[in-house]
Amino acid sequence: MTAVPETKKTERRISPAVIPMYIVTVLFVALPMVYVIGITFLMKDEVFGITNQVTLKNYADLFSAVNLKVFADSFVVAISTTVLTLLIGYPFAYFTARFSQKTRSFIILLIMAPFWINSLLRLNGWIILLKANGAINEGLLALGIISEPLKILYNNGAMMLGMVYALLPFMITSIYNSVEKMDWTLIEAARDLGSKPFSAFLRVTLPLTMPGVVAGCVLVFVPSMGLFFISDLLGGSKVLLLGNLIKNEFYQARNWPMGATLSIAMLAFTFVFIIIYKKVTDDKTAGGLK
Amino acid sequence: MDDMILQLKDLHKSFDNVKVLKGITLDVKAGRFLTLLGPSGCGKTTTLRLIAGLDTPDSGSILIGGKDMKGLPPEKRPVNTVFQNYALFPHMNVQKNIAYSLVLRHTDKEEALKKVNELLSIVQLEGYNKRMPAQLSGGQRQRVAIARALACDPQILLLDEPLGALDLQLRRQMQVELKALQKKLGITFIYITHDQEEALNMSDRIAVMNDGCIEQFGSPENIYEHPTTRFAAQFIGQSNIIEGDVVEKVAGGVRVQICENNTIIVKGEYEIGEHLALSVRAERIDYADKADFGFALNGTIKMHSYIGGVLRTTITLQNGQEVLITGANPVSRYPAGCAVQVFWDPAVAAVVERGQGK
Amino acid sequence: MKKKNGALSKLYVILVLFLTYLPVFVVVLYSFNNSKYGNWEGFSFTWYDKLFQNRQIWRSLKNTLILAFSSCFLSILIGTAGAVGMAKSRFRTMNLLENVSMIPMMLPEIILGMAYLAFFSILKIPFGMLTLIIAHTTFCVPYIYINVQSRLVGLDPSFVEAARDLGASPTRAFIDVTLPLIAPAVLSGALLALAMSMDDVVISFFVTGTTSNTLPLQVYSMLKMGVTPEVNALCTLILLVVFGCIGLYYLFMSLYRRRAEKQ
Repeated sequence: MTAVPETKKTERRISPAVIPMYIVTVLFVALPMVYVIGITFLMKDEVFGITNQVTLKNYADLFSAVNLKVFADSFVVAISTTVLTLLIGYPFAYFTARFSQKTRSFIILLIMAPFWINSLLRLNGWIILLKANGAINEGLLALGIISEPLKILYNNGAMMLGMVYALLPFMITSIYNSVEKMDWTLIEAARDLGSKPFSAFLRVTLPLTMPGVVAGCVLVFVPSMGLFFISDLLGGSKVLLLGNLIKNEFYQARNWPMGATLSIAMLAFTFVFIIIYKKVTDDKTAGGLK
Repeated sequence: MDDMILQLKDLHKSFDNVKVLKGITLDVKAGRFLTLLGPSGCGKTTTLRLIAGLDTPDSGSILIGGKDMKGLPPEKRPVNTVFQNYALFPHMNVQKNIAYSLVLRHTDKEEALKKVNELLSIVQLEGYNKRMPAQLSGGQRQRVAIARALACDPQILLLDEPLGALDLQLRRQMQVELKALQKKLGITFIYITHDQEEALNMSDRIAVMNDGCIEQFGSPENIYEHPTTRFAAQFIGQSNIIEGDVVEKVAGGVRVQICENNTIIVKGEYEIGEHLALSVRAERIDYADKADFGFALNGTIKMHSYIGGVLRTTITLQNGQEVLITGANPVSRYPAGCAVQVFWDPAVAAVVERGQGK
Repeated sequence: MKKKNGALSKLYVILVLFLTYLPVFVVVLYSFNNSKYGNWEGFSFTWYDKLFQNRQIWRSLKNTLILAFSSCFLSILIGTAGAVGMAKSRFRTMNLLENVSMIPMMLPEIILGMAYLAFFSILKIPFGMLTLIIAHTTFCVPYIYINVQSRLVGLDPSFVEAARDLGASPTRAFIDVTLPLIAPAVLSGALLALAMSMDDVVISFFVTGTTSNTLPLQVYSMLKMGVTPEVNALCTLILLVVFGCIGLYYLFMSLYRRRAEKQ
């Protein structure tokens, strides 16, 4: 009966169940990422592949005029997509949260359902609508509003439409989650204390739903730089996005190191936003959410 | 020591360098209803988990029926637990929940069903076999949890605040039922609560716990009437703690100076100069214009408040201390502001602390 | 109480929903269009006929199904075991491991696709079903893991303790109690993973081989060539299947939620 008190500060247990995930993570997530980072410091071979020559040229090339333009364009597209989805999505989420429980969950189901459908299929619908001989032009021609088909496909507008369309559900669900959890009595209290409806919205509702807004913005912004196929299919590849550029470096220029370097640059962008996202979602309580 | 069903010897346990148990030693006789009573965070649940084998002690030993439990996982111990939130398996119906331990022991199907029905009738839930836990009320879930824990005849039943989630009326009813059940089955119950009334009402023995230690162990009467520590006196019932230094030995006791010209008589042998703290129950104190136990403390009535059944009177003593007195009489002869003398039978005061005088 | 919506806000919600479904309806409608060129020329099943005779599409459908189900199955095993194991483990690289394994869910798909392209070619793994399965499994694991892990966190430890207390070994307690209680999370994670895998264009685009075209890739290349009603017919069929799956999923979830609410 003289058991010595054990000091168990450094107690370590690894359950064998973790091992498969450990292997997959190291082998197929960590190693590829490390490899990609590695080749950004290497030279491209004359025709194809990579030489062993170490260089920083790829990083210098990031700042070439062509690349800078792509960065700027992608950034503008991503920001505009984010702002547009926010402007469309916020009222939608806000109104939805004011419906009765049943209606509410039905609307959210409707908004989430297309998310399950391949985005290509849905973009296809827009192509049909916007084509020169598509539904909209046919309709307008038939009504005599226009005399020849409008060029509404294969331009920036069409691309933005596709972007907003593809990413809107992410924005709506994020904001909706915040609005739904919000304590509505706080708004009542603000109104009771003499706030006008709009000022109550600005001072109470908006700050309370900020975590959802930020989460939604990140969820929209991050993928919007990489969705090359939307630009390809709807924008007619007129605007070169970061995603298109990376794809082209790999498949057309066959310059893997450059493609990798561009990806790393995009990654850096992304990480800044993921960190913001984590920060905001981690201190949800600070936002006054129940 | 043969009839000791449970022996705890100097149990220590820390979580993340916080000492939760600081040496728990306890012997429990078979067939007793033992209550671990204490405020939340005092280590009572930890003690229970150590007995059940859900946690391992850092040091010390646990003997059940004389057998050391060291290294035995919970499934190999002859004890069963009724969890605080009942922990009924939500995906199994009442029958499957209760029969779970029987299935694990490969009990014959018919026999298991017989046992389940027997247990259901003990906890007065006949016919509830096919209900899901979600379809039961709090009180019913609690009964199922008890039946499940009794299914394979444990030597000791551990109950972790099983009535905590029930409303007051149901609680009182369940207290009576639990006590009767324990009497009927003759199994040792180790019961955890922070509710002193519950503890006094049900237990054969109470262990008052505070800050990882057992403050006092004894029968309910013993604990109530003769608290041995300041904590035990204050946690259970309403106590007045009155302190002073011993100034003179008298026949059968000592005289203790409370304030400038007031002394009291304390029974027992103490040295002159010793500092004593004693606990006097609120209902054991009396007051009048004139004291009749050979001593009196002068005071002024601060206020009366009728709290249903008893009148609670607060009296301010000369040294500023307030004394709480409860009496069965709903009206007092003395109005607030009146000067009175406070006194009690020296036999009902319990010394809860001794130390060096100043 | 919160205010009710006015007519304008209702109209707004309906309008957004209408625009969300407009392209979907258009696709379905045009799949029955007799004309090969965009304009409407009357109702016909021609394109469904053509579709069923298109061997390429059948092959890519088969590939997609093989890919989705095998990567979903693998990620269920890896993700569930991982979440359960992590809950029981305590080691220094735990947080790092968890964060790194979540990367595929956070990263823009194109970076992941490109990383696999580069990585598999240096390892000389031939591009095809194998590389597709590896890539899809890797990005499906986080969906399962997160679902199961959050369910485990919310799971009252006293269920397992009660099972142990009643005589179950750790393994038995896991099978009898933990597994049934996390099953809904595994299933919903799996459905999500299945959907992600069947929907994926970008990553598949990078890691596919010449013989392993998936359905989304097939659709992509058909769309790039210019829309044909055949694609519309294909899309309509996919829609049917997807909505069937969603229906099942929500039916299942609402059943589960109803049960959970009663607890």
